Amino acid sequence: MQDNLFVSGHTACAGCGQSLAARLVLNAAGKDTIITNATGCLEVFSTGFPQTAWKVPFIHSLFENASAVASGVEVALKALGIKDRVNVISQGGDGGTADIGLQSLSGMLERGHDILYVMYDNEAYMNTGIQRSGMTPAYASTTTSPAGKLSLGNPQPKKNMAAICAAHDIPYSATASVGYPKDIERKVKKAISIKGPKFLHIFVPCPLGWRYDPSATDRIAKLAVETGLFPIVEYENGKISKTMQFKELKVVGEFLKAQGRFKHLMKDSPEIKEAINFLNNIVQENIDRYNLIK
Amino acid sequence: MKVFIEGSHAVAEAVKMIKPKVVCAYPITPQTHIVERLSEMVANGALKSEYVNVESEHSAASVVLGSTATGARSYTATSSQGLILMSEVLFNIAGMRLPVVLTCVNRALSAPINIWNDHQDSMTIRDAGWMQFYAENNQESHDLHFLAYKIAENKDIMLPVMVCMDGFILSHGYEVVDIATQEQVDQYIPPYEPAYKLDPQEPLTMGLLGAPDVYMETRYAIQKTMDETLSIIEKEEIEFEKTFGRKTPLLIEEYKLEGAEKVLIAMGSITGTIKDVVDELREKGEKVGLLKIVCYRPFPQEKIYEALKSVKKIGVIDKAISLGSSGPLHLEVAALMQSKGESKPVSSFIAGLGGRDIKPKTIVGIFNLMDKDPQGVNFVDLNKWYKEESAIMIS
Repeated sequence: MQDNLFVSGHTACAGCGQSLAARLVLNAAGKDTIITNATGCLEVFSTGFPQTAWKVPFIHSLFENASAVASGVEVALKALGIKDRVNVISQGGDGGTADIGLQSLSGMLERGHDILYVMYDNEAYMNTGIQRSGMTPAYASTTTSPAGKLSLGNPQPKKNMAAICAAHDIPYSATASVGYPKDIERKVKKAISIKGPKFLHIFVPCPLGWRYDPSATDRIAKLAVETGLFPIVEYENGKISKTMQFKELKVVGEFLKAQGRFKHLMKDSPEIKEAINFLNNIVQENIDRYNLIK
Repeated sequence: MKVFIEGSHAVAEAVKMIKPKVVCAYPITPQTHIVERLSEMVANGALKSEYVNVESEHSAASVVLGSTATGARSYTATSSQGLILMSEVLFNIAGMRLPVVLTCVNRALSAPINIWNDHQDSMTIRDAGWMQFYAENNQESHDLHFLAYKIAENKDIMLPVMVCMDGFILSHGYEVVDIATQEQVDQYIPPYEPAYKLDPQEPLTMGLLGAPDVYMETRYAIQKTMDETLSIIEKEEIEFEKTFGRKTPLLIEEYKLEGAEKVLIAMGSITGTIKDVVDELREKGEKVGLLKIVCYRPFPQEKIYEALKSVKKIGVIDKAISLGSSGPLHLEVAALMQSKGESKPVSSFIAGLGGRDIKPKTIVGIFNLMDKDPQGVNFVDLNKWYKEESAIMIS
C-alpha cells in the first residue's frame, strides 16, 4: 500500500465525507499530480498556514476560479513540455463548482484541457454554515432554506451536474459516492488515463450539515444510492456507458429518516405526502433514465 | 528600428520579444488590437506561446495566475469592465507574489456604458498590490513592458505589474516608435526562473489560509517590497538607457520645472498636451511646468516632493474621481505636501472623463485658474447646458 498523499492532522470534522473522498482521489491519481482547489471546507481544513495536508503541489486561489487556474497550470505544463508527466486535478465543493464556479468549469471543459475536475458534493455551503446551494436536494432544511410553518425546506431538486458536463461532449463524466471507495479509485484511474477534460461528481455526506452521527457517513453515502436518489452513472463521449444497478431500491424514507435535515418530513400531512411523492417521482425518473433496476 | 505603428501593435511587438509562454485574454474594446495581433503571431509561428481563449476576464486573470504559479512567464491585457471583473483575481495574484504582467488599455467604467478613455478602471484597483506604470506615448507603451517584466520577475520583488496606456488615444493612435531588437530584449530581460512553482518534484502548497496571526505580515511584506522597488526602478532607468540607447523616465519626468511657479501634475497621454502648452506659455514668459508621474504604484513620494520643492502652486489633473471625495492622484499629492508641512496650494481638476477631449486651451485655462487657488474638486469643461455653478467652463 502506498503512503497517503493527503495526510492526517488536518482539521476536518469527524466523519467528514469530503476528506475521505479527497484522500481516495489523490491516492488513486498518484504523486505526479498538481491540484487546484476552490475555496471551501477542504481548502480551509487542509491548508492553515504554516501547515498543509497535501504532499503534492497544491494551489488555492478563489471560490469560483479553480477550473480556470487549472487551465493555466495545464497550458503552462504544455508550454514547459512536461504535461505528459503530470496530472492536473481541479476540485471544489458543490457551491464552488455548480453555482459560482459553473462558468469557469464550462470554459475549462469547452477548451478541451487535459484536466480531471472533481466536485465533492455535500449538498450545501458547509464552510459558511450550511446555506442552500444549487446542489441542495428538494426539502432539505438548511440555514437559508429552513423548514418552517410555511416551508418544507429547499423548494428545488438538485442540478444534474454530470449530465451538464457530459453535454459538453467531453470524453468522460461520472458520479460516485464515498460509500463506494473502490468505485472512486477505479473512476479516478480511468479518468486520468483519458486525455481531455473529465468530470467526477462525488457524493460526500456531511455529519454537521445533514445532522447525523459521524459514524453513519458510509451508511448514508450508500443509502442515497440504494434509494435511487443519487444514481451512480458514467458518461463516455456524452452518452451513458454504465450505471450501478440494484435488484430493488430501498424506500426514500430510509435515507430521509437518517438525517436531521429532513426531520420535518417525519410527520403526516397532505403537504408532506406531496413532498414524498415528489421525491418518489425523482427516483422513478432516475430508474427510467439510468436503467437502475437489474 | 523606427516604424510608424499603431500603439496596440507596438505593445504586441514588445510582448512578442519578451516571449511569454502563456498569453490569455478575453476581448474588450479598446484592448482587442493587442491580443488580436498576439494571436496572429502565435498562429503564424512568430510567437511560440500557448494562446488561451477564455470565457471571461475573471478566467483570463485566473489562467495567468495558474500558469505563472507553474513557472511559465505569462501575459494578459484588458480594459475597463474587464479589469474590474478581474479585480478579485488581481488581489489574489499580488497576495501570492506572482509576477504577472497586464496591459490595461484605460477606459471609463459603466454606467453609462462608455468605451472611451479615462483612468477610472486602473485607479479603482490601485490598492491591489500591483505596480502601475502610465505611458505618455507609444514609445513608452512599448518600452514600459520591458521594464514591467524585468521588475516583476526580480526575485527581490515578485509582484505583478500593470502597464496602463490610454484607450484609443494611444492604443489606436499611430506614432513613430523605435522598436527594440530581440538582442536588446534578451540582454535586458533574463529568462524567467521562478523562485517557487508548482512542481511534483518539490511539492508546495500555495494560497494557504492566513489567519490573524500571519495575515498582517503578508501585507507588510508587500508594502516593504513596494518601497524597496522605487530604488530598483531608479537603477533600471540607467540600465534601460544602456541597453536600448534611449532615455525613458520610469518614476517621474520633470518637464521645465526649473524656476517654475505653477506646476501641473498628471499621468498618461494628457502629459504630452501639457508639455506643448508649457512650451507655449514659457515662450510668453509664464513660469509653468509639468510633473509627469510614470510610476503610480509604488508612489514615488520623495521624488515628487523633491521635484516640487521650489514650486509655489500645484494643480493635479485626474482622469478619475473617487466619487464623494476627490481625484485619487490629487489626494495623494495633497497628503504628501501636508505630511511635509508644506502649505502651498494643491488644487484638484477632474478632466477627460469618459473620453471627453482635453484641449490645449483647457490646459491654459487650468494654469490661469491656478492663480485663484480654486478649492474643492473642480470638474473641468462640463457642458454649458449642464448648469452647475461649481464646474469650471474653460473651452
